[in-house]
Amino acid sequence: MTTPNRPPPDRLTAALWTAGTGIFLFIYLPLAVVVLYAFHDASIVAWPFQPFTFRWFGALAHDRGMIAAASASLKLAVMATLLALAVGVPGAFVLDRLEFPGKAAFERLVLLPLILPGVITGVALLTFFSFIGLSLSSGFPIIPGWPVVLGHGAALTSIVVTQVYARLRRFDRALEEASQDLYASAWQTFWNVTLPVIRPAVLGSALLVFTLSLDEIAVTFFLVGRQNTIPLQIWGLLRRGITPEVNAAATVIFALSVVVIVTWAKLMRED
Amino acid sequence: MDSLSLTIGAGEFLTLLGASGSGKTTTLRMIAGFDHPDAGAILMDGEPITGLPPYRRTLNTVFQQYALFPHMTVRENVGYGLRMRNTPRAEIGTRVVEALDMVQLGPLGERLPRQLSGGQQQRVALARALVNRPRVLLLDEPLGALDLKLRKEMQLELKHLNRQLGITFIYVTHDQEEALTMSDRIALMRNGRIEQLGPARELYERPMSRYVADFIGETNLLGASAIRRLGDARVHLTVGGTELNSPVSTGWRDGQPAWLAIRPEHLHVAAQDQPALPVTVRESVFSGQVTRLYTALADGAALVMHWPAGQPVPAAGTTLRVGWPEDRGIVVGD
Amino acid sequence: MSATSGAQRLRRLAFAAIPIGWVTVLLLLPYLFLFAHSFFRLRSGVLTHEFTLENYGRLFGTGLYPQTIFFSAGIALRVTLASLLLAYPLAYLLAFKVKRHKNLLYMAVIIPLWVSYLVRAYAWKIILGQEGILNGLLISLGLIQRPLEVLLYSKWAVMIALVHIYTPFTLMPLYASLDAIPAALKEASQDLYASRWRTFWHVVLPLSLPGVVAGCTFAFVLSMGDFIAPILLGGNDSALMVSNLVVSLFGVAYNWPLGAAVSVVMLVMTVTLLTIARGLEDRWSGKTVRRSGGKAVGPAGLRA
Repeated sequence: MTTPNRPPPDRLTAALWTAGTGIFLFIYLPLAVVVLYAFHDASIVAWPFQPFTFRWFGALAHDRGMIAAASASLKLAVMATLLALAVGVPGAFVLDRLEFPGKAAFERLVLLPLILPGVITGVALLTFFSFIGLSLSSGFPIIPGWPVVLGHGAALTSIVVTQVYARLRRFDRALEEASQDLYASAWQTFWNVTLPVIRPAVLGSALLVFTLSLDEIAVTFFLVGRQNTIPLQIWGLLRRGITPEVNAAATVIFALSVVVIVTWAKLMRED
Repeated sequence: MDSLSLTIGAGEFLTLLGASGSGKTTTLRMIAGFDHPDAGAILMDGEPITGLPPYRRTLNTVFQQYALFPHMTVRENVGYGLRMRNTPRAEIGTRVVEALDMVQLGPLGERLPRQLSGGQQQRVALARALVNRPRVLLLDEPLGALDLKLRKEMQLELKHLNRQLGITFIYVTHDQEEALTMSDRIALMRNGRIEQLGPARELYERPMSRYVADFIGETNLLGASAIRRLGDARVHLTVGGTELNSPVSTGWRDGQPAWLAIRPEHLHVAAQDQPALPVTVRESVFSGQVTRLYTALADGAALVMHWPAGQPVPAAGTTLRVGWPEDRGIVVGD
Repeated sequence: MSATSGAQRLRRLAFAAIPIGWVTVLLLLPYLFLFAHSFFRLRSGVLTHEFTLENYGRLFGTGLYPQTIFFSAGIALRVTLASLLLAYPLAYLLAFKVKRHKNLLYMAVIIPLWVSYLVRAYAWKIILGQEGILNGLLISLGLIQRPLEVLLYSKWAVMIALVHIYTPFTLMPLYASLDAIPAALKEASQDLYASRWRTFWHVVLPLSLPGVVAGCTFAFVLSMGDFIAPILLGGNDSALMVSNLVVSLFGVAYNWPLGAAVSVVMLVMTVTLLTIARGLEDRWSGKTVRRSGGKAVGPAGLRA
């Protein structure tokens, strides 16, 4: 038996491991602190930690404002996801298979919300909607407001486009050719061959859009109407007074996010 | 890896031959310093190098996929080892030119690896190793990615370099034909141990086990029974119903299962009075250099022979009597 | 491509019209409107559509606004450097030294990115506050007598939080570029007498540069665009960042044209930075090993 290139542990490697572990902790400890204090048995988040209580989660469940915000956030996320998919999947195909004048500009434009700070996209959309006279509260109370729904859709379409486009580039066209050789029409080929293969990418990007919409702050900040979304609700709480209820909310969000990301990772690995 | 013990002579061209997983690459990497044995020692010129990191061993490696530094030119690649040993700049310059000339890549010094063909990259990798004038050169299946013609040319070139420079070459490959062409000695490896070590001819003509006989070149292996010793090096046996005598390999022990190994090129249609095996022809395949005749013994066992060029090939179903010079066959154990 | 009939072509156009139309209406137009607004004038608190350059005028020179822009850039730069210093060792460790559960650990490092941003910014508020964790810890350890006030509500708090939040962003492309380096290259370097340190300097580092550029660009752009952390943690310095300016100009300070102008400047800076970064990456990546289909292809592939 041999050990692949593992000479006896030495100072350089030990230092590297120490540094790496330290940095890893730096990334995680603050989150751990937030979660820990969700169980803090006192009204003020301060040192030392007082074990142990679930009452803040209870308070969260009864917080009207929070519940309304959650409902709004969910509606928003669902609609944003549907919009992003409806536009993003065709968009990815357009990028992968169509040539037309202005394609490069189109590509750049689609990526812009991803690379620009959300603030810029947010104010741009605000000026647009204000100009065309679409009120921020339009559609209320059924939906949180057309501008914020459309805004999320616009900003998050990029995610679907990039993910699905990346998958399409790896897609073996011979599969489609084989399908057509076996008498399938273009639509049948798309439905029976192409779509199933790119499904993980589509589902994965849908998951991402959903999560990002729930957590979206910058664009939402400018476009939201009368009803807060969860992040904005928490933002409000943070600015006023901090009870561990905020921690409880944060913990719930953390747990949900982890579940989503792990699901997404599993989806991606299947591919 | 299991355990192995091997002594390589100065200037020798030794090949570690084996299938994937046989341990040949691992052995090479241990010599180079990239893997570490759990026990034992590696000595170079009598000096132990086992604990030394690769950058302290005065040997160099030609990697399987060349591992050329993509961000450096050919010249910078070749001169890398010299630079790391703080060789004076002027000397680096001359030696790099020398090395590139040796592999016939003189004018390509300023190119980047991705601008070169596979064969050219391979030569750069070679030059990069040789420029350091190592005592030992390790080669990890360096010719695998080349096409056939180029591979055969490089095989000869490497052989010439070995003779010319007097450097010890330790070569790893899974291609037995390549090993036979180039090596002074071959170590056929299997499951982390050396199955047989010896000059190419010896492995070819006197395999010590069925595995060796089968791995090297084409062989017919016929199950043998009722084996009786006739001396140190000969036995009497029954194959496919026929009784005959044959040399036996030193690797076989009494009582072990045995096979009779004969290479197709030694088989011929036997004269009436010679001992032979009766076979029925199944099919024939023409491959340019040779026509192979696939036949079967009475019990169904297959026997392949080379049919002489120019003679009409017997049709399927024909029965023949096939014999061979007795000393060309050998009985082997597992 | 197979010959397409007129009907097929029409269908294809309709299909393409959806994303193209959407992107034009909901992305191109808004950005154009933003740009247009930067030239409008505010008369006694009312937005007019007169053309003027005075908004941009206030952004150059020595006033508050240019200072803020420079200040933000300075902070972003420091955050970027710190993120790089933290991300590199961890990325290196993950790429080269972790054998088992490599993907799992990488995921673990990336997951915080997807956890609510607010949560991560808020965490530092708890930690750095006067009654916060850090102060509490230091006091109970006897290292200080009274809580340090300087920790929270200062630009240092903002920077620490930003570094904490954006280090995983820097790590992602860095890890990708390090992971793409074939182990054989490091072995070849050591085979040629380079010690591990020299191997890093001459082989690993140059080949990781595209990842470094990408990671730093992410961190810089995102830090510049961050307005939450400064408000939560900045205290008196809470208007210190450019994005806070935009927020207030579109909010309480109600000056849309000026806010638009600031945004446009930010946009131009970001796009310029990204273009330079892409140019650098392309130039350096041209020399590096490419991943194709998930497997590392050897130098120039296996073409003979």
